[in-house]
Amino acid sequence: MMDRPATSPATGFMLNGVAVQAAPRPGERLSETLRGRMLSTDVKIGCNAGDCGICTVLVDGDPVCACLMPAHRVQGRAVETPAGLARVDPWARRLARSFQAEGAAQCGICIPGMIVSAVALLRADPRPDEPRVMDALGGVLCRCTGYRKIVDAVMRAHLHEDHGGPLAEGDGHTGAAIERLDGAAKVMATERFGDDVAPPDALAMRVIRSPHDHAAFEFGDLEGFVAVHPGIETVLTARDIPGENSVGVIPGFLDQPVLAETVARFRGEAVAALIGTADALRDAVLPVIWTPRAAVTTPRAAMAPDAPQLHPDRPGNVMCRGYVSCGDAEAALARADVVVEGRFSTACVEHAYLEPEAGYARAVGDRIELRNSTQAPGMDREMIARVTGLPLDRVRVQPTAVGGGFGSKLDVTIEPLLALAVQKTGKTVRGVFERTESMQSTSKRHPSDITMRIGAKADGRLCGFVFDGTFNTGAYSSWGPTVATRAPIHASGPYAVADYTARSVGVFTNGPNAGAFRGFGVPQTAIAQEALFDTLADRLGHDRLAFRILNALENGVPTVTGQVFSQGVGIRRCLTALQPAWDRLRAQTRDFNAAHDRVKRGVGVASCWYGCGNTALSNPSTFRAGIRADGRVVLHQGAMDIGQGANTVIAQIFARALGVPVSTIELVGPDTDVTPDAGKTSASRQTFISGNAARIAGETLRRRVLARMNAGPDTRLRFGDGAVHGSEGALAHRIALDDLPAGALGYVFEAVATYDPPTTPLDENGQGAAYAQFGYAAQLAMVEVDLALATTRVLHVTAAHDVGHAINPLLVEGQVHGGVAQGLGMALMEEYVPHRTENLHDYLIPTIGDVPPIDVLLIEEPDAHGPYGAKGLGEHALIPTAPAILNAIHDACGARVTQTPATPARLRAALAGGADG
Amino acid sequence: MGYHAPYRLNDALTVLAGGGPVAVVAGGTDHYPALGDAPEPAVVLDLTRIEGLRGITRAADGGWRIGATTTWTDIAVADLPPAFAGLQQAARMIGGVQIQNAGTIGGNLCNASPAADGVPPLLALDARVTLAGPDGTRDVPLAGFVTGARQTARRPGELVTQIALPAPPNDLRGAFCKLGARRYLVISIAMVAACIARDAHGRITDARVAVGACSAVAQRLTALEQALIGQHAGAPEMPAHAFDGLAPIDDIRADAAYRRAAVAEACGRAIRAAGSA
Ligand SMILES: Cc1cc2nc3c(=O)[nH]c(=O)nc-3n(C[C@H](O)[C@H](O)[C@H](O)COP(=O)(O)OP(=O)(O)OC[C@H]3O[C@@H](n4cnc5c(N)ncnc54)[C@H](O)[C@@H]3O)c2cc1C
Ligand code: FES
Ligand code: FES
Repeated sequence: MMDRPATSPATGFMLNGVAVQAAPRPGERLSETLRGRMLSTDVKIGCNAGDCGICTVLVDGDPVCACLMPAHRVQGRAVETPAGLARVDPWARRLARSFQAEGAAQCGICIPGMIVSAVALLRADPRPDEPRVMDALGGVLCRCTGYRKIVDAVMRAHLHEDHGGPLAEGDGHTGAAIERLDGAAKVMATERFGDDVAPPDALAMRVIRSPHDHAAFEFGDLEGFVAVHPGIETVLTARDIPGENSVGVIPGFLDQPVLAETVARFRGEAVAALIGTADALRDAVLPVIWTPRAAVTTPRAAMAPDAPQLHPDRPGNVMCRGYVSCGDAEAALARADVVVEGRFSTACVEHAYLEPEAGYARAVGDRIELRNSTQAPGMDREMIARVTGLPLDRVRVQPTAVGGGFGSKLDVTIEPLLALAVQKTGKTVRGVFERTESMQSTSKRHPSDITMRIGAKADGRLCGFVFDGTFNTGAYSSWGPTVATRAPIHASGPYAVADYTARSVGVFTNGPNAGAFRGFGVPQTAIAQEALFDTLADRLGHDRLAFRILNALENGVPTVTGQVFSQGVGIRRCLTALQPAWDRLRAQTRDFNAAHDRVKRGVGVASCWYGCGNTALSNPSTFRAGIRADGRVVLHQGAMDIGQGANTVIAQIFARALGVPVSTIELVGPDTDVTPDAGKTSASRQTFISGNAARIAGETLRRRVLARMNAGPDTRLRFGDGAVHGSEGALAHRIALDDLPAGALGYVFEAVATYDPPTTPLDENGQGAAYAQFGYAAQLAMVEVDLALATTRVLHVTAAHDVGHAINPLLVEGQVHGGVAQGLGMALMEEYVPHRTENLHDYLIPTIGDVPPIDVLLIEEPDAHGPYGAKGLGEHALIPTAPAILNAIHDACGARVTQTPATPARLRAALAGGADG
Repeated sequence: MGYHAPYRLNDALTVLAGGGPVAVVAGGTDHYPALGDAPEPAVVLDLTRIEGLRGITRAADGGWRIGATTTWTDIAVADLPPAFAGLQQAARMIGGVQIQNAGTIGGNLCNASPAADGVPPLLALDARVTLAGPDGTRDVPLAGFVTGARQTARRPGELVTQIALPAPPNDLRGAFCKLGARRYLVISIAMVAACIARDAHGRITDARVAVGACSAVAQRLTALEQALIGQHAGAPEMPAHAFDGLAPIDDIRADAAYRRAAVAEACGRAIRAAGSA
């Protein structure tokens, strides 16, 4: 055979059935060629290292990671990408249908990789069993779904026909398990995320970051550097910032520079950004002289008297403290019959969304427009205005789809850099973080060090509770103050505690910022509290579940902040809903353990509560809706959908309020120019707060239309063909819409509504109405511990969640599954350590084979403030899982792991240290 | 300069001899992660089109030859004697399907990670590594090929062409035990490969046990192997000194104490599994 070394630059291959030519650089990754040269942005990049699998394509029918394959290797071969398959492949189309029907896609960034892998499987085996599905999809990570619905969707794909759009049945009002309204793009691989929207000729950005935990730095000759690097447009440093070089989220705590000025306070901190062509950026080495300084990486070191101070205005490296007190905790402990005490520490946890920070910005007239992947477009806009010095109305933020956020995409990261680059160059600039820089530089879950003392009377009633928590907040504040505030309010758990003292402190260290992450400090406190509840129950000889039911909070009983809810407290119902599973699984494990010596099973229970919305602060959402002259109903849906389902849930609420089928509503997404600010997607506030704003907007619109028609409140409305039709019993109404005057946005009827939950400020003892509503949950986990290897397998989770009213049961289940998976990761494997676990190879999150079957029990204890009774849910899904698993491990083998994650090495040490009974 | 994907081994060796740095790429599953976001090297030598380098064949003497660019998937699905079961189990536990479809056995050996899953099963099968270079080919035992963490006896200008395995005794059975903190996509905390043969009474007549990720280079536990002879495969007793040669370290996956304790257990399981297969 003729030897044809492929030294020629061009390579020809079949791309989705079409012969194409490309000219990659030698050794260029296939993923880059497909995305950059063939514009196949359906191929996603999450890590560029084989660890996430979302770049999976078929090469001659076999799934491979496009990021690990030299592009030239596909010369003469057939490459199939997710969108190509979705267009023509019968299996891909069935899978798309099946993924939608099962609710298997949340943010959707992993779905292309999942579906491509599943196509290869189903071509060989149309009816695979669960183990085969797991083996076939085991190379693709998902951070949102908990995988179970993905497994179901693949196993049931053969039952479906071709993809044919959503199956909208009925009105799709609240309570209906309808498919995601924005799901088709996700399952057909046409969704556009942060790195999928920039024009091809945009300049690129590379951020220069500190390799040290703490270091002073100086630049060499930057002008000379630019001069000898054709293609590099400019180097952005702190000196280029016309406005304030400080960002953050909590008033009084805006302390993080966009670009460090002379000192970098954590590894990964940005000090400069190179702007230029991608080719020019690749090889350039910016001259930076680093002078490492002593670093403090733990709160203990940071609070030592002679410790280096991170911020001159924060003595002792104390960011802030939190305090809640009611009754007399010490006196109660003194009169308690049993007092237990424990110290617990939890690791730094990375959000590990699979889409790294990405977006692009451009100048339009005298304005800067940004498209990005965010949870908080309104705050992004404010921060950009702050650093650029532009007035707010000269900044527009138009988010793309978001490939997962979980709290971290509430902070600005890439956004101010892109805006500053545009401001300086006048050109369009794109950016995307590498996986490692995303992990190094963005916020984390606070590592915590917690001590608790809890007492109880012999009858099982709690009697005295003291909590002290130290939270390592890293180099800058981010959402640290929120965690310091939330932890003492929530550390009691959803239990009646009359005598309570809780103190928290957030401490600066030379580590990554700890900020917002599903639960804001509450998952950490729940681990300690639920562990000690088991000890208390055991000491008293009470059943562990009964002990919790006995102490569960109730309507009319004050919380630890003295707030009394006359309705809506659903924790007791959650706990009692677990009783059948508790009895059954406890009996099963007893039998199992009697028959097995080397492996032991155990069952653990834990509960949680979580206040929805900001703590004791105003946090409004505003919604706009309108009716066009052609009869289309438009909802400006400003609540960022980061995979959790706001686009669907909010539309369902609005549709019910207006009284039309959800399928008739057209959504306009978040865009700071036309869609009012719905606040941030955090604190489980969107269903509750934005849901209410959307409900009021719908009700207002309905009232206006009915008034115009002179029709009664029970009239059925139908919009279309340039008219509104109303039927009220035998009466028929009609308004012709093209006769009506239209407003600036083209609406003949329009409503704008705002909702802000009622809260009151907390006093110096943390007393007050902190939240208008809480959501509640209790979960039960069954595990199997391999005694000799100290490995843990979670076998089953039962999750009872009080959501008030399940707006969309399918999406509620999805949220719970995803939260359980993240809680499982937190319990067993996740630990972010700078220098050591800065990629998805060494930082482990659960794979498809690690998440057990999950039973979701929906409890609907309506809340008077929630839209149609609904409560928030996002954070609750995660909080009870880790404590339930840790309690189950203890139940199985008697060893109590007090430092998470409970890795095999830590569990072995706990086992060797002697079971504590 | 450029990308070379020769069909003939000699052409590949010529590229390699061309002077200047050459990035040799087989599956790329170690190459690209190590590269990170650094610029690609100027000269890339892709081995995957070289004829005769991929696949598993039976030699005239009954031994087996696994070509260097044979993928883990190729190994997992091949029809091989039961002694190779541990190697095949290891293949199915590497990364995920995507990694198994691209990653090669030659790359696994040349990358020489202390946690390379391919090494213990091959050690247990007495593998030898064949290298081709400008001066012809040579053959070294695997134990001598991997010389340290990320170090091999491969000389500049050489390529690994195949792994040669002597014909295993008919009654030899293999097994593999991998310890990791999650189900898929996981680098081993420790792993053990065992090959065991038994007599009619279930007593061990031949034992090979190799351990990885507990020393810079995976190793055979010869003292353990000797102690096993004559024992019952179902309940082997393992003298503590049998593990003296291991030198586990603390890393992010586990501490040394865990590895030391777990490896004995894993050995027992691999031996029992091989002994009952
Ligand atoms: C997500 C992920 C999971 C992984 N999981 C595992 C795992 O579970 N267990 C495990 O052991 N490994 C694992 N690996 C590592 C890797 O996949 C394996 O080591 C694989 O066998 C490497 O083969 P390759 O062909 O891809 O090597 P390449 O990346 O192509 O090459 C690796 C090195 O060897 C050199 N080389 C390759 N072939 C030759 C040759 N014939 N002659 C001379 N030099 C050569 C290359 O120059 C390079 O330096 C994983 C990797 C990833 C990305
Ligand atoms: S981008 Fe290729 S595996 Fe993550
Ligand atoms: S849906 Fe899988 S990562 Fe978001």
